[in-house]
Amino acid sequence: MKVAYWPGCVSRGFTPELHGAMAKIAPLLDLELIELDRAACCGAGVIAEHNQELADTLNARTFALAQQTDGELMMNICSTCQGAQSECQRRLDGNTEYREQINANLAEEGLRYTAHINNKNLLWVLVEEIGLDALRARVKRPLTDLRVGPFYGCYIVRPVKRLGIDEDHPRDRYLHMVIEALGGTVVDYAGVYKCCGFPIVTMNKRASLTMAGRNVADAIDAHADCLVVPCPLCHLNLDLQQPAASKVVARPLGLPVLHLPQLIGLALGLAPTELGMSKHVVKPTAVVDWSTSVVAAAPA
Amino acid sequence: MPDYTLKIRRSDPARGVAAHWEAHTVTLRERASVLDAILELKGERDGSIGIRCSCQQGICGSCGVRINGRPGLACNTHLEEAAARRPAWGTAGGTDAGTPDDRDRSIVNGNLIEVEPLGNMPVIRDLIVDMDAVHWKKIRRITPWLLGAEPVPEREYIVAHDAMVDVTQSMACIQCGACVSDCLSMEVDPEFVGPAALAKAYRFVGDPRDAAQRERLHDLSHDPHGLYDCTHCFNCMDACPKGVAPVSQIMRLRRIAGSDHTIVDPNNGYRHEHAFVRNIRRNGLLHEADLLPDSYGGKLHPRAIPELISSLPTVLTALLRGKVTPAKALGHPHKAPAAVRRLFDVIGAREQRIELNLYVAGIEDEPLRAPRTDEPTPLHLHPPEEADA
Repeated sequence: MKVAYWPGCVSRGFTPELHGAMAKIAPLLDLELIELDRAACCGAGVIAEHNQELADTLNARTFALAQQTDGELMMNICSTCQGAQSECQRRLDGNTEYREQINANLAEEGLRYTAHINNKNLLWVLVEEIGLDALRARVKRPLTDLRVGPFYGCYIVRPVKRLGIDEDHPRDRYLHMVIEALGGTVVDYAGVYKCCGFPIVTMNKRASLTMAGRNVADAIDAHADCLVVPCPLCHLNLDLQQPAASKVVARPLGLPVLHLPQLIGLALGLAPTELGMSKHVVKPTAVVDWSTSVVAAAPA
Repeated sequence: MPDYTLKIRRSDPARGVAAHWEAHTVTLRERASVLDAILELKGERDGSIGIRCSCQQGICGSCGVRINGRPGLACNTHLEEAAARRPAWGTAGGTDAGTPDDRDRSIVNGNLIEVEPLGNMPVIRDLIVDMDAVHWKKIRRITPWLLGAEPVPEREYIVAHDAMVDVTQSMACIQCGACVSDCLSMEVDPEFVGPAALAKAYRFVGDPRDAAQRERLHDLSHDPHGLYDCTHCFNCMDACPKGVAPVSQIMRLRRIAGSDHTIVDPNNGYRHEHAFVRNIRRNGLLHEADLLPDSYGGKLHPRAIPELISSLPTVLTALLRGKVTPAKALGHPHKAPAAVRRLFDVIGAREQRIELNLYVAGIEDEPLRAPRTDEPTPLHLHPPEEADA
């Protein structure tokens, strides 16, 4: 399947392992990625808060670039991109006059957005396009006995209606379903749908890191071996800032946090180093030991 | 009529009764409300169940509770809808290690309804929380009345229709506390002004008759637990039974504070927003290494230096792990295409911002569900869901 691929900013910035891991797993999932390398940041809600027209124009531009490719849909690997882009898309698709106004901004570049683009996070692509059975069939090293705590990130689960979450599309369960399809054990803990705190880290660091620290602590208390996140911004607060968060919540933490493509890559037989897991701040020792000792020893 | 297992979280702190679950089976029609079920239990089996309610029609806002992990009104939640909701976390029947209380995950018959008091507020008894201690205190904090311009005109103020529809979204609040219950920022920082009070603040900031717009925004943005503490987690938007979308009102407050009044606050809210916008204009993609110091006023600003020093261990680990290379952190590996910079400049130079408020305009191909000011709101109408503008 060919997709117009929007990697976002942070996957090429402070979490380069995410972009790298996605590139590694794509061929294993028969995903052909057409990278939108001329597109700009989604605005992460901050540009929309500053100037709605600007955020809507930047995202309409990204959608228009995606529509110029022969991809079947547009795919992102960031909850925040998904949420910010869904918000802009709702305005663009919901009002023809407004959409034309935004398209006028793009005319000089020869771009034009046609309503109702299909823009999906990798998580949604896995379940709705590739399918869990097909994913299961590709697993080479089931994540047996690996206890994984799902952490969705706000932007991919709320608001429910805007993100198309309903009975037919239980997208707020997909991470649970993917972990199980990969052979892992889902760990439920209080933080599954909570906020990582990242958006306010420069405004109220204490509150921000308390959120991160508590989420990690709750997962540890539920005996998780690691967390998995479909959002690199969550990864920044939960992994990069975990030592600082540990000080704020006054308890030792040390829980590895995996990007979604890394978890998939492990189950599809890739080595942790290929997936950039050495770049994490919290060394994913528990996960790495697991994949080299317990599972590597088991028959494929 | 189907059976429902209603589990009620009960406690009586004044008498030393700790929180515990109490399960009852009720037989009621699917379209009966959760409140109907609670009142049936209270009337027929246990008169001591504590619940606050009045109108039973989704108007008074008294019966806010958490139902299967989600906040809302007990009176406008049907039993079948409540039972269909998944619990807040936990695959039913899955592992329950580490769940913080004694929820019974083994019941998977689909007719289980757990009712708890709202969160983020102290419990007085059973399902009754202390709204005065939290919710009303925060509402009072934002000066919840119109500060009209002097001299008062001899005749009535004339307000544009759209401007009034815009503020009716925040006026639709019935003070039930559902958004306060699940505010994730307030959960870690109880001093946060919070979604209900900030939505109420917009009701006055957005009202053309109010003369204290700047003062209100100055006050809220300078509060260390004020305007810039919302993380956009969107819990308030999904919680609200009236479609107020507090997070949207908070974004409007920030936009007016930063862009119309240039209010530079001590919490870095203004600086962060503007540093972010400049960063994307320059780089096209976010250049994180610049954003942190710029959010504090720039690398050499006295405010930034202690922050950068305290971030040193984080930065060093990132360098050590190869997450960031010095060249990437100090250089600017990507540059915004000229077309992107032009968009920033053209749109930024407009005299008036172009905005689409879906609450006012409605969504094409979907019936307009927001109440119009020129139409009376029927009492039993479901709340406008299309409120995420």
